[in-house]
Amino acid sequence: MLTFTLRRLSLFLFTMLVLTLLSFSLSFLFPGDTVINHSGQINATETELVELNNSYQMDKNIFSQYTAYLKNILNGEFGQSMASQSPISGEILKLLPATIELSLVALLIAMLVGIPLGFIAAINHNKTSDNAILSLAMIGYSIPVFWLGLLAILLFSIGLGWLPSAGQISLVFEIEFVTGIQFIDILLSDSPYKWQAFRDASAHILLPACVIAVAPATIFIRLSRASMIDVLAASYIRAARAKGLSFPQIIFRHAIRNALIKIIRHVGLQFANLVTIAMVTEVIFSWPGIGRWLIDSIYQRDYTAIQSGLLVLSCFIFIIHILIDFIYAALNPLARGNNYGS
Amino acid sequence: MAVLTMKFKPMLFLMIIAFSCLLSGCNEGNKLSLSERTIIYCSEGSPETFNPQLSISGTTTDATSKQIYNSLIAYKGKSNTLGPSLAKSWHVTRDGKKITFYLRQDVSFHDTSYFTPTRLFNADDVIFSFNRVLDKGHSFHSVSGGQYPFFESVKFDELVEKVEKINEFTVRFILKRNDSSFLANLATDYAVILSEEYGKQLVLKNTQHDIDILPIGTGPFKLKDYRVGSLIRFYRHDSYWQEKAKVEQLVYDISPSKTSRLTKLLAQECDVSSYPIAHEKIAERNDLILESITSLNVGYFGFNTNKEPFNNKKVRQAISLAINKNALIETVYQGQAVRAKSILPETSWAYDSKTPELGYDPVRAKRLLDDAGYGQGFTMDIWAMPLQRAYNPNAITMAKLIQADLKKIGVKVKIISYEWSTFLRRLTRGEHQSFLLGWTADHPDPDNFFTPMLSCSSSDKGSNVTFWCNQEYDQLLQKALKTTNMSKRKSYYAKAMVIINEEMPLLPIAHSKRFQARGADVQGDILEHFGGISFVNVAKKAVIINSEEKNIKVLSQSLTADKVKN
Repeated sequence: MLTFTLRRLSLFLFTMLVLTLLSFSLSFLFPGDTVINHSGQINATETELVELNNSYQMDKNIFSQYTAYLKNILNGEFGQSMASQSPISGEILKLLPATIELSLVALLIAMLVGIPLGFIAAINHNKTSDNAILSLAMIGYSIPVFWLGLLAILLFSIGLGWLPSAGQISLVFEIEFVTGIQFIDILLSDSPYKWQAFRDASAHILLPACVIAVAPATIFIRLSRASMIDVLAASYIRAARAKGLSFPQIIFRHAIRNALIKIIRHVGLQFANLVTIAMVTEVIFSWPGIGRWLIDSIYQRDYTAIQSGLLVLSCFIFIIHILIDFIYAALNPLARGNNYGS
Repeated sequence: MAVLTMKFKPMLFLMIIAFSCLLSGCNEGNKLSLSERTIIYCSEGSPETFNPQLSISGTTTDATSKQIYNSLIAYKGKSNTLGPSLAKSWHVTRDGKKITFYLRQDVSFHDTSYFTPTRLFNADDVIFSFNRVLDKGHSFHSVSGGQYPFFESVKFDELVEKVEKINEFTVRFILKRNDSSFLANLATDYAVILSEEYGKQLVLKNTQHDIDILPIGTGPFKLKDYRVGSLIRFYRHDSYWQEKAKVEQLVYDISPSKTSRLTKLLAQECDVSSYPIAHEKIAERNDLILESITSLNVGYFGFNTNKEPFNNKKVRQAISLAINKNALIETVYQGQAVRAKSILPETSWAYDSKTPELGYDPVRAKRLLDDAGYGQGFTMDIWAMPLQRAYNPNAITMAKLIQADLKKIGVKVKIISYEWSTFLRRLTRGEHQSFLLGWTADHPDPDNFFTPMLSCSSSDKGSNVTFWCNQEYDQLLQKALKTTNMSKRKSYYAKAMVIINEEMPLLPIAHSKRFQARGADVQGDILEHFGGISFVNVAKKAVIINSEEKNIKVLSQSLTADKVKN
């Protein structure tokens, strides 16, 4: 387990090094002055410029420039947004929780829908219901998310008027920012309309979360179907059947447990995919998350924001991967032998 | 362990949902009242500042002027006559150079988290607000840039000698010359009254900048929260000196995208939406109302009266008669405008309904051309402005339509367009023969149309590029400015309009309309007659509560059912 941990940690360090190198080099590749790209201070005065040059060691060689850049990042100094002139770390801290919240709810929906459907398909292998579920999964996987999002708004918000189409919560409610995760903030607030706000926030998250969940759900369907088919073909299932266990007993006691263990790892891998989809969906549903912010920064040519946003987001996804690796290792002793990270 | 959690997750989730529904069900009644007490307005952009003195952008004045502030006097009613506001009355001396305002004594400023007023509104606040604009040495003059675009455009500092405090509740303006549009300027969205006490407090804290970011005014709403590009939240000003606002909360949902405003409107996420698109779609829904108001602007087709053949009145009349204005309004404005009969919109108090209109008559046009000696036709240039404005959304298309119209009377048209600044520069040099342009008024005083567009003095200054100069017309305008008698002024302007329609230095085409959509449950006027918006009179109709009550019943039934099972 120690080697496993060390391996993951070293992998993390080296990946982070490459990532920072990339974002560092972006400052040189983007148009404009390097130190201004680093710091985002477009209206810096002479003295401020001197200070900045000093802090990023611009007069020294490229290696010390890079270490100075690293030092700044480790201190949480991501510079400031060129568009809004406020510190990027603050903006990211405000926006990232909303994206995490949306992705988590979407992941939950995807798992709750995808995994049982996959099991059903596997149990009815090569029957009509299997084919139906598989073709459904194929359709779901092929639909582009931006189109699905607009379609969902057209149907559920405009046509039927069931669900809201934009934002995290109706602006009627005033929820103070504490953690950034809307549901927790609502529960923490002392507003007399707490529970209405909670319900309103649930209604707001439902549509975007479902749209995001479609693609991972189809992947879960195929994964769980494949793993269930494998398990059902295994000899211990045959043994159980020979012992005279009833069909539900075999499925619930043996098959599901063994099939799930193979899926858990992919849940983590899907999370990265999910965040990518979430970024597009955030734009469509005006979700105040980091994806929308990043895309806005591209439109506004806010180089500092693009650079630091990418760094933080990729770092975040990487940490999730490592965490999932650990959880998987904790659950499945066989995986601890895997010395090399993937 | 994993298997366990996996199995429990769905159950946990269901429990959470059930729990939240249960608790929210109990509060059902309040939810209605909260959204009923709030108006959400989908606005088209973020304000640049919270002080309309500093900006002439419509988005800024919409978000601030009528919501946060009051002015000394205000336009009242459909005819846009001046009425009292913070000044309960005023007196103008016979020479028109001294104007005394008697102020209300019961007006309180906003009490917010960042400022608590200790005194009521008085003369000091008026002097503070106007001296900030007028006096370059004032401690707040150069805060936030020191630019006061509206006041600069009307040359306020050249007009006002000084502002005096007579006593606690009396203020006198001393003017350098008599100008009857002075009062009109004071009633605009830009001449708002700030709090002098707040200013003093900010000086002590050395945060003068806050005066334009965290505003304090006397208006019906006070600022609660502002997030750039996202929302503005206002609370009701409970000790407002007039009847207080009917809603407790006013939220501006800043949605610059036209389609997202439409979506939010259709999904009932906003109660009122500015500048909606898809008018037909909105009109066909019975839960939405589309309304509009004619803006104080005019799009026109002007002639260079210095150049052949447009130095001939008959040619100008002939060309004007040959243009089918109704077709232009249908195509270019897509019906979002009214046909202009004169340069002054019909909503102005000075508009005279008896003003003659030339109309559309190609046969007469041809005859006039024959009379003028151009029977065989000629070739002319039309300069079309290169950008979109409310008064002319697409000048190039309009020029093409005019081209087709004029072809029928044998006049060939070449369409010319330059980049905007080049276009304006060349226009002022007089290189054009005819041009498509427009004018947006800064305030509803009719003089704001007549003088800058067509007077001799503005043809020197460059805002009148027809270069038309008519002494009789100019004298009428002078007379109208010197008197404060409304009916006399109206008759002068009526005569001026007759002269324009006879001489035809330009052909007024259309006054554009400002559109707005709202849910059918929103009551009260929002669009002001002279432009701008105000939410003070807006309320929401009670929604039928029955369906909600039913839900609660169903819920409680299912709860009892659960208990029985247990």
